[in-house]
Amino acid sequence: MPLQLEIVSPERRAYADEVDMVIVPGIDGQLGILPRHTRLISALGIGELRIKKAGTEQVLLISGGFVEVRPDKVIVMADLAEHSDEIDEAKAIEARKKAEAELDEVHDPMDMTRVRAALQTALMRERIATRRRSRG
Amino acid sequence: MASLKEIRGRIGSIRNIAQITRAMELVAASRMKRAQDAILAARPYSDEMRDALSRVSGAVGEEVDPLLARRPVRRVGLIVMTTDRGLAGALDANTVRTSLRFVAERASGRGNGAAEVNAVTVGRKGREALRRAGVPIAAHFPRLGDRPTFADVTPIARLVVQDFLDGTYDEIAVAYPAFVSTLTQRPTTSTILPVQQPEGLSEGEAARTDEYLFEPTPEAVMSRLLPHYVAVDLYRAVLEANASEQSARMIAMRSATDNAHELIDDLTLVYNKTRQATITREMIEIASGAEALGG
Repeated sequence: MPLQLEIVSPERRAYADEVDMVIVPGIDGQLGILPRHTRLISALGIGELRIKKAGTEQVLLISGGFVEVRPDKVIVMADLAEHSDEIDEAKAIEARKKAEAELDEVHDPMDMTRVRAALQTALMRERIATRRRSRG
Repeated sequence: MASLKEIRGRIGSIRNIAQITRAMELVAASRMKRAQDAILAARPYSDEMRDALSRVSGAVGEEVDPLLARRPVRRVGLIVMTTDRGLAGALDANTVRTSLRFVAERASGRGNGAAEVNAVTVGRKGREALRRAGVPIAAHFPRLGDRPTFADVTPIARLVVQDFLDGTYDEIAVAYPAFVSTLTQRPTTSTILPVQQPEGLSEGEAARTDEYLFEPTPEAVMSRLLPHYVAVDLYRAVLEANASEQSARMIAMRSATDNAHELIDDLTLVYNKTRQATITREMIEIASGAEALGG
């Protein structure tokens, strides 16, 4: 029995298909979801979402949001969802440098959280891009 | 009958108006495409979010998060989304009429005791109309521009969540024109807080607490999910209103342009008739003058 997976972000529906397994970046660590998983709802952190289907693996960058596991399907509601091939490495590096520079300047706790999240997202983009390149 | 010069002047000014409305139609048309794409892309996310939340909130019960609290409704905060400058046909009038009906319904109580409605207006037209109607306005935000982002909505969301938590309001609702198609916009009011249970949930679907696994805890999940949901729902209303505004404006401007052209045609006819009459009159004058001289 395959798993019905849907990934939506405020901008679009990023993915909708049947898969064998999905691993989502939960707020407290990775969460692997197989078919017939019990009902679950979890907050998402910043990280890779890995989709396994027929022996292949697909990677998306996910930042914030929630995952809901229903008996019939898995819904990922992400604040940000980018396919690995949509990630621009040069832009990611630039964003990281900007966030790193900003981190030294901001002191307001709200800004701090925002800049940290931006930095983490940029780092994750870089990592996904690098891995994609090394794989060829 | 107006003089030739007057008619010429009127034709000229109507032609200018037609040029302006035509330009506004084109501007609205290009913005409309973008605004329609934005709302169509945002709907799946917001639908899923609303779905998930209504199921999960049914599972956890009111005690888990203060944003789920159902209190007797005495004071209602209604967010009214209109345009800043109108020029969009009946769009704003419809939104305002729906808002006023909502105010009247809540005031009459519907069996729950009368509730007083305060408005939070987004867009100038709504503020003007509601003020004239005597609805108290608690806060006002200017319209969020033609490309509203999620971040633009956050201040409004924060305000209403705060007001709900500290008991200023027992219910938060939003009135906006829902985008159906370029030709149709449906004025809508919907309740954002407290979270509504889904209607017609079947027995098998109605989740119970023990059926859901919360990572890390119900409290932690709900305390993130609920404020986020309020912002998502508001963002959706903003996008709906924006798509509706651009669509309604394009249609309004198109019919204004059409009307102007019709007027120009009518006036041109009058102009030609008048000119003809003048020429005929002059001919007669000349002929009778010549006759008198030669007589």
